[in-house]
Amino acid sequence: MNLRKYLKVYKNFLHTSLAAELEYKTNILIDLITAILSLIGSIFLISIFFQNNATIGGWEFEEALIIQSIYTILNGITNTWFNPNLTEIVKHIREGTLDFVLLKPIDSQFFISLKKINPSGFLEIILGFCLLLFCMRINQINLNLSFLTLFLITIICSIFILYSLWFFICTTTIWFVKTWNAIEVLRSFLYIGRFPLNSFSFSLRIFFSVFIPIAFITTIPSEVFLGVSQLWKILLEVIVATVFLITSRKFWLFALKFYSSASS
Amino acid sequence: MISNSLNRKIFTLLKVQYSNMLEYRVEIALWAISGIIPFFMLNIWTNNNLNESINISDIMLSRYFLCAFFVRQFSVVWVVFSFEEDSLLGRVSPYLIQPLNPFFRYFAQHIAEQITRFPFALIIAFFFFIFNPESIWIPNLSILFLSTISTFLSFLIQFLIQSIVACFCFWTEKASSIERLLFIPTLFLSGLLAPVASFPEYVKSWIYLTPFPYLIDFPANLLSGNKTNVFGGLSMQILWIVFLFLVFRKIWSAGTKKYTAMGS
Repeated sequence: MNLRKYLKVYKNFLHTSLAAELEYKTNILIDLITAILSLIGSIFLISIFFQNNATIGGWEFEEALIIQSIYTILNGITNTWFNPNLTEIVKHIREGTLDFVLLKPIDSQFFISLKKINPSGFLEIILGFCLLLFCMRINQINLNLSFLTLFLITIICSIFILYSLWFFICTTTIWFVKTWNAIEVLRSFLYIGRFPLNSFSFSLRIFFSVFIPIAFITTIPSEVFLGVSQLWKILLEVIVATVFLITSRKFWLFALKFYSSASS
Repeated sequence: MISNSLNRKIFTLLKVQYSNMLEYRVEIALWAISGIIPFFMLNIWTNNNLNESINISDIMLSRYFLCAFFVRQFSVVWVVFSFEEDSLLGRVSPYLIQPLNPFFRYFAQHIAEQITRFPFALIIAFFFFIFNPESIWIPNLSILFLSTISTFLSFLIQFLIQSIVACFCFWTEKASSIERLLFIPTLFLSGLLAPVASFPEYVKSWIYLTPFPYLIDFPANLLSGNKTNVFGGLSMQILWIVFLFLVFRKIWSAGTKKYTAMGS
């Protein structure tokens, strides 16, 4: 019954935010071009790396493209849901409108995380999937059910980790009020997800798997996709994702205790 | 008399904006951190010995990326976002009445921010040298002087481009998506992620006619002591500035005629 209510509310969210976004049609078109150019740009960058080298960190060009496509999909998801919603938290807190969210008879994290949607991110997701299909052809990967479920599990875990990272940073707004630039720092770190983890030096590899688990987000799904991932890595990713999700939830509830409205 | 009042205007603007920026020290520190992508790229380059193929030694490459970081720090521009916000909230109207082009205000904002940012950039450079002690070098005074000028010119180019984009606000209200579009070629072609020297021939043949390599690559090469054409670079920068300035003048006068005050 509860789930039905949330589904119904979400349908309304979708409806209103799509209607609002479609007001700016040229904007969406420009965003589409941006997404395409950005993909071309990163493939160009990778091709520079592979100009005179056959492998980078043990990855061939065709394999590195898989990381690129998964990055594009995840970036599309970030632009569709995380970016428009979670940056809104900053606004809610600065202007004191978080009061209205908290008063609603609905879970505040649900409301804050899914209220808005940015349709131009969809194209990035589609682009990513097209590249992934292309990669499947050039890497000669055969689809089967177990492989597909494993891939889905890892990519869902990646989405959860990514969401939790964003949510963490945005929740700190309750104390620091302005966190635009903390988001920029996160963005610049996430940029690393375009490249295989093994191409970095040992110390950075540790940093990107322990402190900011960017390594998990793109590299492990790509390895699963290539069929070279070990089981413990997949299990580890599931555990990390669960821990992140639970902690982000706890952290939000904890932070709310410190929320002291604006102008009152 | 006239120059005296102009001096006073500039001084007052800078003073106000500088004290304004000092309020946001943490913000600016975080922003400085978000610019460390060149260091990650350096890590990929040296860790995979990619630089051997382009005949740049490890040390020169690390200096290049450090300089790219510095140039980027002092040529970050966000005028379009400020202007878009001001124009959507109707704050542009009072600015237009004042006997001072509102872009001077934004210009002072940027300069003040750069002054605030300077110590943070130095701290990051200090840490860079701790990790890479072999790349320490002291550029001679004339090089330092020339590269400061070219960094400033690079900032001017980007400021003018964004101001032109900002003027589109008079027509479309949301101009920042155009800026995001333009940011993609800036990111991949300016030399922030890979020195232009490493680009394939089919790109090198035309890239020096565009403004992009003069944004990061040219000043960074100059400062780090890599080989570059000083005279050619500076004159191309100036040419672009003159051209962009003329375009800006045109579009500004057309835009202000078109302007319909928001929220009034």
